[in-house]
Amino acid sequence: MKNSALVEMRNIDKWFGRVCALQGVDFTIGRNEVVGLVGDNGAGKSTLIKILAGVYPADKGEIYFEDRKVHFSSPKDAMQAGIETIYQQTAVVDVMSIMRNVFMGREPVRRFGPVEWLDVEKMAQESIKALKKVDLHLRSAAIPVGELSGGQRQGVAIARAMYFKTKLLILDEPTSNLSVKESRKVLQFIEDLKNQNVSSVFITHNLYHVYPVADRITLLSHGKKIGEFGEDKPSMEELIKIMISS
Amino acid sequence: METLLSKSKRILTVKEVSSLIMLLAVMLIFYLLSPLFLSLDNIQTILVIVPELGIMVAGVTVLMISGEFDLSVGSIFALSPIVMVELINSGWNLWSATILALALCCGAGLLNGVVTIELGIPSFITTLGTMMIWRGVVLLITRGWPPFFPEEAIPLAQIIVGEVGFVRLSVIWFGVIILFFWILLERSRFGNWIFATGGNPGTARALGINTKGVKCANFMMSSFLAGFSGLIQACRLQAVIPSAGSGVELQAIAASVIGGTFLTGGIGSVVGSSIGCFLIRIIDNGLVMARAPGYWFRVFIGMILIIAVVLNIFIVKKARKMR
Repeated sequence: MKNSALVEMRNIDKWFGRVCALQGVDFTIGRNEVVGLVGDNGAGKSTLIKILAGVYPADKGEIYFEDRKVHFSSPKDAMQAGIETIYQQTAVVDVMSIMRNVFMGREPVRRFGPVEWLDVEKMAQESIKALKKVDLHLRSAAIPVGELSGGQRQGVAIARAMYFKTKLLILDEPTSNLSVKESRKVLQFIEDLKNQNVSSVFITHNLYHVYPVADRITLLSHGKKIGEFGEDKPSMEELIKIMISS
Repeated sequence: METLLSKSKRILTVKEVSSLIMLLAVMLIFYLLSPLFLSLDNIQTILVIVPELGIMVAGVTVLMISGEFDLSVGSIFALSPIVMVELINSGWNLWSATILALALCCGAGLLNGVVTIELGIPSFITTLGTMMIWRGVVLLITRGWPPFFPEEAIPLAQIIVGEVGFVRLSVIWFGVIILFFWILLERSRFGNWIFATGGNPGTARALGINTKGVKCANFMMSSFLAGFSGLIQACRLQAVIPSAGSGVELQAIAASVIGGTFLTGGIGSVVGSSIGCFLIRIIDNGLVMARAPGYWFRVFIGMILIIAVVLNIFIVKKARKMR
């Protein structure tokens, strides 16, 4: 049982009107694994991941999570199962404080009879702790996320996923719009995730970013899977050839 | 030194600071122009006129934080007392008439919300439309003449604007409502959802927040409070005026913006907005006290509005540099 995959998506089809976004795609994510999902713009990467994250349903195919057949009808369903997604544009709300971002949608409350109110102290303390786990050391959790650097913002989103005991973290283009130094920091976050028993999917069109950290790379092109490469993955040059020739 | 620096930074980043500074400056200027400005009588007058704007502004602010506008509040302000009075005059009991009038306001808010969200049009357009529609309905009902204010409504007047010592009850209602919304925004889960919905709806949805529900609830609160404010003014004047509240929708937005609320959503404070209301009403009142021609009112409000926004941006920049 230990060797079984964390997620198995089988034979997934998705149509948008008359446009076929995905056709018969199989996608597997192992336990404690970093999977690179690579493809050009419009290859169907985001569609595949949004189906897994419960944003929209597949037209055909099955999803198994921890060996159980699942059907996520909303992002909340997927989150409750332990699948968290960090989208490129919408990871955090810039104008809100770090602690309000970390606990967004899952705010801790204190109760007195029927009255409940935000446990602001807990939010502040736990946010600082969660950030420490991803090696971000900040003095205050009350500052707006907009004042942080791009890499630190990704760090806040990752810290949030870690705090809520995510089993699978999906990162949609986490290194786009980041400087080289900041990208390296985010790649470090992803490696750390593996050590804490979290699998991750790294979606990108930049093979150079994902190659060093990925245990496995899945290539998509025009809605179809064109290759899957495990431990003995070919060299980066060969992968690029496969992508271009498809 | 560092503690002093971080302390002053903390004070400067409080979103209500710039509006408070302006309020104090304006009060000082009016006091110098006419010492009677700070007389007990005049303070009493100000405390009567501020709540009628302020209660409405609380709803407008919360809606703006969630990223939407409401231009229909001025028309709702007129509609609600007219519905109540017409119902009483046609034989309804006071309390059922009041509840029905306020329920109608909630319904108007729901309509704003559903049309905006489900049809995907900007709330600016939706509420500009309903602003005209409800004002038209008011004129249709009254034919432009103020209806008779019935004596049966006196018990309601006692509850919402009755005199208690130095002040009227409307001030107490205003204080309670501002406190309620402060707690809602700063210390409740729903408040966090409101900020998130306005700050970045995509993020909010991705984290499982029902942004449509949040916006709809806020549209309803905005209309409800506008209706409540309308009842307060009608009961205070013991008259129902079909043109009541015209132009107030823009004053409400101005008060929110002066108080630090962003048009783009995600940032704002009801405490700041109520300071904005005090500013607007005090300028109105202070100009009279200073014997300036009343026409200056709009000129000053316009200036204060622009200065407030510039000051807000300036202070935020300064505070960031102090780190």
